[in-house]
Amino acid sequence: MRKTCLNEIYNLAKQDKRILFLGSDIGVGTLSEFQKEMPSRYFMEGVSEANIIGIMAGLAMNGKIPYLNTIAVFLTRRCYEQLLLDVAMHNLKIRIVGSGGGVVYSPLGATHLAFEDIAIMRAVPNMTIVAPCDAEEMKRLMPQSVDYNGPIYIRLGKGGDPIVSSSDNPFEIGKAILMREGDDVLIVTTGIVLKMALDASILLEKKGIKTGVLHIHTIKPIDKNAIIKAACKVNAVITLEEHTLIGGLGSCVAEIIAEACFVPAIKFARVALPDVFPSQYGSQASNLQYYGITTDKVVSLANSLIGV
Amino acid sequence: MDICSIGYRKEILKIVDHARRGHIGSALSIVEIIRVLYEDILRINPKKPLWEDRDRFILSKGHGCLALYVALAKKGFFEKNELARFCKLGAMLGGHPQYGKAPGIEASTGSLGHGLSIAIGIALNAKLDAKNYRTFVLLGDGECNEGSIWEAAMCASKYKLEYLTALVDYNKMQCFGNIYDVQNLEPFVDKWISFGFAVREVDGHDVAALGSILNRLPFENEKPNLIICHTVKGKGIPSIEQNALWHHKSKISDTEIQKLFRELESL
Repeated sequence: MRKTCLNEIYNLAKQDKRILFLGSDIGVGTLSEFQKEMPSRYFMEGVSEANIIGIMAGLAMNGKIPYLNTIAVFLTRRCYEQLLLDVAMHNLKIRIVGSGGGVVYSPLGATHLAFEDIAIMRAVPNMTIVAPCDAEEMKRLMPQSVDYNGPIYIRLGKGGDPIVSSSDNPFEIGKAILMREGDDVLIVTTGIVLKMALDASILLEKKGIKTGVLHIHTIKPIDKNAIIKAACKVNAVITLEEHTLIGGLGSCVAEIIAEACFVPAIKFARVALPDVFPSQYGSQASNLQYYGITTDKVVSLANSLIGV
Repeated sequence: MDICSIGYRKEILKIVDHARRGHIGSALSIVEIIRVLYEDILRINPKKPLWEDRDRFILSKGHGCLALYVALAKKGFFEKNELARFCKLGAMLGGHPQYGKAPGIEASTGSLGHGLSIAIGIALNAKLDAKNYRTFVLLGDGECNEGSIWEAAMCASKYKLEYLTALVDYNKMQCFGNIYDVQNLEPFVDKWISFGFAVREVDGHDVAALGSILNRLPFENEKPNLIICHTVKGKGIPSIEQNALWHHKSKISDTEIQKLFRELESL
């Protein structure tokens, strides 16, 4: 997904001189073609994220569209105030591409895990948050990212994630995609765990539980209408995300459902990381398993919510 | 101090009289720097505040904004009566400058340590677009405690931004008191030189000296410029000069404000 995203930045930059690429001491050879062909628009900065965000703000104030890639935690935590004030308060078109959304970097430990990035970015006015489910969806997102108003945080998965999206579903920033219809249970998800939601829906269907899957690639601004429309058909809603329980997709959906005051009330549950610093090394998959972010967990929750 | 500088300070005090609050000492410290920039140096057009080729000025020490507001009003960026609405509900001018509220404000500042990086981005943009505009940024000395300033300092010299000029309001006072007690910046000149800047020092209240030094920019080829302006916090009103209690003040009484005016008028 990262490779696709960076390649798209390169392709877009070839056609649009406003587009710049910045990195903060990221892997050797990153976008070397970009550096070779468009050296004046390629910036490899030091380990100084706060400064980089400020520089991007100054460039974007003058019409440039800078894309920055580095590890998600350093983009969202380290320079939060620069993002909030220099970028979002000025509503500038900068795009930050965070590698390793969720627990991708499990072998590296909790310092590198972006488990609360959605929560903190959600609280930033003007910020758009997009978490594509696979590389193909990333290809559809990137051209739209160029002229979209205001700043965008693009949350990357691991890379090599299975392709589950389809070009049959038109992609538009801010518009949720109903991947499967079903009127017993609705799974609302974001990012690469869409695959788990789809797998769970197939298992549930086999048991006769009709399960819808709503893919929220854009967490902010959230597609409230799509959530209400899909939720009003079902008895139970489950959210699934690779993020802490606090402030992520589950919180967004809970807010929307609570305020919609469905009668009878819709049963609701969240599958997410607990409110802890993930303590396991291992792999992304093993950490998701350890914290119960699994297809089986979604299936069992669905069963219990609708009383099977 | 000449009539013009006293006039600036009177305008600042009038704003304070209306609002009964403000970073008065911090504003009085930078009056001459702001005055010389806006009256003699910056290539700007108040009728076209977003003119593409304008020089840019960012007040990174946003709390010094009272001086900036007076300069912008004098230049005609907005009506002078806006000054009297300082900090009021719906006003375009508040305790820290906000982009988009008042013409002539290039960036929202107030949280310290941001302006130099933004200025680098603006100066880089000029290079990318082969524009001739210049970028100026005014930092506070206390602000130079922020690590982000030094991240930015490393970067400015990397890009050889000779049309970027940072000025430091070096009044040797910060919110809590004397900088030598709170966080000593010395050897300050050497720090900036070692970070790759062409550095000059000037009396930050000497209008002629400021004009002369700013007219000699850029100081050296392919180096960003840094001007250390030696100043006095609260300059022009003896009872608040170098007095940390007047870094920021609210609920200023009638007696206090009258005393400030009297001291200024006796200059």
